[in-house]
Amino acid sequence: MSAMDTRTATIAVLVENEAGVLARVIGLFSGRGYNIDSLTVAPVDEAGRLSRITVVTSGTEMVIEQIKAQLDRLVPVHKVADLTVEGPHLVRELALIKVVGTGDHRVEALRLADAFRARVVDATTESFVFEMTGNADKIDAFCALMRPLGLAEICRTGAVAIARGTRQMAI
Amino acid sequence: MSATAMPTAPAATDHLSGAEVVLRALKDQGVDVIFGYPGGAVLPIYDALFQQNHIRHILVRHEQAAVHAAEGYARSTGKVGVVLVTSGPGATNAVTGLVDALMDSIPVVCLTGQVPTHLIGNDAFQEADTTGITRPATKHNYLVKRSEDLARVVHDAFYVARSGRPGPVVIDLPKDILIKPAPYVDAPKAEAPHRSYRPVTAPNRDAILEAVRLLKRSERPIIYAGGGVINSGPEASRLLTEFVRLTGMPCTNTLMGLGAFPASDPLFVGMLGMHGTYEANLAMHGCDVMFNIGARFDDRITGRLDKFSVGSKKIHADIDPSSINKNVKVDVAILGDAGQVLAAMIEAWKSDDTPIAKDAQLGWWRKIDGWRSINCLAYTQAPEPGAIIKPQHAVKRLFEITQELGRETFISTEVGQHQMWAAQYFGFDKPNRWMTSGGLGTMGYGLPAAMGVQIAHPDALCIDIAGEASILMNIQEMGTLAQYRLPVKVFILNNEYMGMVRQWQELLHGGRYSESYSASLPDFVKLAESFHARGLRATKLGELDDVIREMIAHPGPVIADICVDQKENCFPMIPSGAAHNEMILGPDQEKNAASVTDEGKVLV
Repeated sequence: MSAMDTRTATIAVLVENEAGVLARVIGLFSGRGYNIDSLTVAPVDEAGRLSRITVVTSGTEMVIEQIKAQLDRLVPVHKVADLTVEGPHLVRELALIKVVGTGDHRVEALRLADAFRARVVDATTESFVFEMTGNADKIDAFCALMRPLGLAEICRTGAVAIARGTRQMAI
Repeated sequence: MSATAMPTAPAATDHLSGAEVVLRALKDQGVDVIFGYPGGAVLPIYDALFQQNHIRHILVRHEQAAVHAAEGYARSTGKVGVVLVTSGPGATNAVTGLVDALMDSIPVVCLTGQVPTHLIGNDAFQEADTTGITRPATKHNYLVKRSEDLARVVHDAFYVARSGRPGPVVIDLPKDILIKPAPYVDAPKAEAPHRSYRPVTAPNRDAILEAVRLLKRSERPIIYAGGGVINSGPEASRLLTEFVRLTGMPCTNTLMGLGAFPASDPLFVGMLGMHGTYEANLAMHGCDVMFNIGARFDDRITGRLDKFSVGSKKIHADIDPSSINKNVKVDVAILGDAGQVLAAMIEAWKSDDTPIAKDAQLGWWRKIDGWRSINCLAYTQAPEPGAIIKPQHAVKRLFEITQELGRETFISTEVGQHQMWAAQYFGFDKPNRWMTSGGLGTMGYGLPAAMGVQIAHPDALCIDIAGEASILMNIQEMGTLAQYRLPVKVFILNNEYMGMVRQWQELLHGGRYSESYSASLPDFVKLAESFHARGLRATKLGELDDVIREMIAHPGPVIADICVDQKENCFPMIPSGAAHNEMILGPDQEKNAASVTDEGKVLV
């Protein structure tokens, strides 16, 4: 891999759940010109003091190393892990997809949803809302199939990710 | 009453107001002086200040100057500088100072007033989103919304400001929090680690050994030391000096690192970078192993990145992991405090038995001495008493006369040509004596910085080497000098131009001096007098020494207006977009700058 090749990195960041912490992380990316492909955040411990941020970004190896170092030196950041390089991991995203249509399109949409294990979470005679989880590619593929069938609206959470096996990220 | 007379008395902290808690926390953090400016939102703190004697308050004339003064205080003492300003404009005026401290890694705690919590977000009078505005301007910031967090936050702020790579920290204090009672808690014990921020200070042993072996085998080594050595404390500078003398390698300092290694030592090859010496830059360009300690491969240092010291092995020791491999890919990374790294390097150097490439290093020194013999800092000063003063000569004489007098001397600068001449012609043998705005390049820095230095060192000689344009950016601080009888000397190299702007326009923009002439200048002598200071002027060489001596001898503040050659440019210079070996040494080679490409011109 040459120095100019770019890659995608899925980075997990464990932070203090305090006011402004998300702004700090986002400001770091915008201020230094890094990409954010997606970002998710929620508290993850019982006391609600820790939040976990999953950010998917891309850049050259040097840029990604910079992103990790810059994140790690933020005062409220406990840990930074580059799941993409640290070993096998799971990435999941949740999407709600609204498809509007009648007749054959409607039947086809339902059939494809079944194949993709998308669940129907709302239905009218002219619409479905499908819920599906998966990695970004799977959701992309499903959305592409729905497009000619009346795809009306997409709502995605962005990726959450965790290492496989016993490896843990804790403070 | 002695403390033992009331062993079980409840802590007298139960009825402290928030403002009193803030002051008590400052006192417990060892603060003896704060620089500030009052206003509505911080009145409770000013009221508490009035009723105590532990902390001295210095009233500045502008909040930006309060931060620079705190920076000067911090840089000359190694302690955290403290600032107190009001909400809204008080906080926004402080922002330039905060970014300055961020770029130069200076520990500062800035307390800002805020509208009461119930009004936050309502566009109240003198409300600004201070934590939002200062988030990218600080190392960290806090908004205290609960009284029970107040004392902990102040202690936390001091820890963050001084730990790891130091920097500015803002604490935003809503007025109701300052008025309401708040519980006091002591600063956490040193052994209780911070919840999330624990910078690494002890270097990895294997990395140290690898670095030592590389350096020992090196045929053309160089040590490149920056402000991190100064920030680590005077012991780090002593260790750097020991290490350089132990190894016999050439040492260069960045603008921020001047004084970390004695300028008078024969192993010192001068400052490096855009206006660094020929020998320092060519040694950086031609070295085979580079040891960077506490510097950050800033663009002023590297010049054109793809031609920066191509082919050398690079060792980089820094306390900030994000500084390593940011601009320049290095071969050996050492994470740690500069002092601890240097101590480990010295120890490893002595115990490791890798043979030293002595003969080759002797040849390297012969090469360096050849570059030195070019005498890149030479200038031509006409000798007649009526001759026009060369700015370089003014700085050189200032240096020589202060040397003669032997007084403890601290130098600050503004930003521009005079700053580079000060860096080139004033030699620093000790750390913490040189205050300059390196990263942000803030005009108006020097006078308030000198003020902060003078507060910390009342008996020392504090000189702001200034330009006539920069000095006007914080000239109001002459009032502060008068009020506190601070004998700061302002030494203006007056060439009636924003000299560095004019130099770039001359070299890169066809001599079109767009808006760089300092028109309608004040009479600096009268200006000094109106601020209850002494005003002096030298217009020709014959007057220079007398003015310098009189300036130093006068017991109060002085402005010395040194009228210098308006056409003089700052050399050597690496033009933007050029490599280290493409330096312009003097006026004869100015035409080389004309070859700067648009790509180069884009760079600042």
